[in-house]
Amino acid sequence: MNKAELITKVSEKANVTQKVAKVIVDTLFDGMKESLEKGERIEIRGFGSFVVRNYGGYKGRNPKTGEIVDVPPKKLPFFKVGKELKEMVNTGGA
Amino acid sequence: MTKVDIVENIYEKVGFSKKEVAKIVEYIFDIIKDSLIKEDKIKISGFGNFVVRKKRSRRGRNPQTGSDIEITARRILTFKPSQVLKGALNRKES
Repeated sequence: MNKAELITKVSEKANVTQKVAKVIVDTLFDGMKESLEKGERIEIRGFGSFVVRNYGGYKGRNPKTGEIVDVPPKKLPFFKVGKELKEMVNTGGA
Repeated sequence: MTKVDIVENIYEKVGFSKKEVAKIVEYIFDIIKDSLIKEDKIKISGFGNFVVRKKRSRRGRNPQTGSDIEITARRILTFKPSQVLKGALNRKES
């Protein structure tokens, strides 16, 4: 399911127009993105949580040329699945 | 950030009550969860993909006792952040 399909489903279930559903879905994910940008943790009960992890820089190698390259430190979002959802995904909801 | 903050963000953009918005936010996560339980991945452009991966059964070891155990086959949910999200987390300090 992509975002457009999600928007359609939301509009059907919530009985709102596609346009309104799009604003809602976009605002939800934009807000989550902004929150992570600020380095905040996101906790969605019944779903999971997102945290930003810091990774240190290191000297890497270009596998093609063998050249040594500097890999700068970076931040990556990490998603931890909620217990309940983890279980449901594993069992297929059975 | 929690669902309360997400509701607040959306509330500021649409003319619904907070109660109504909270209900729709629940719908969104329910739709996402149902899809993932059915092994249908969720692709949110600009944010990332939630993908269910099948892991085969493998031999493992109980790190406490050292005894051999079988790790059963399972389905796990992973999140792959989009390039856009990764970029957003790393642009400020660089």
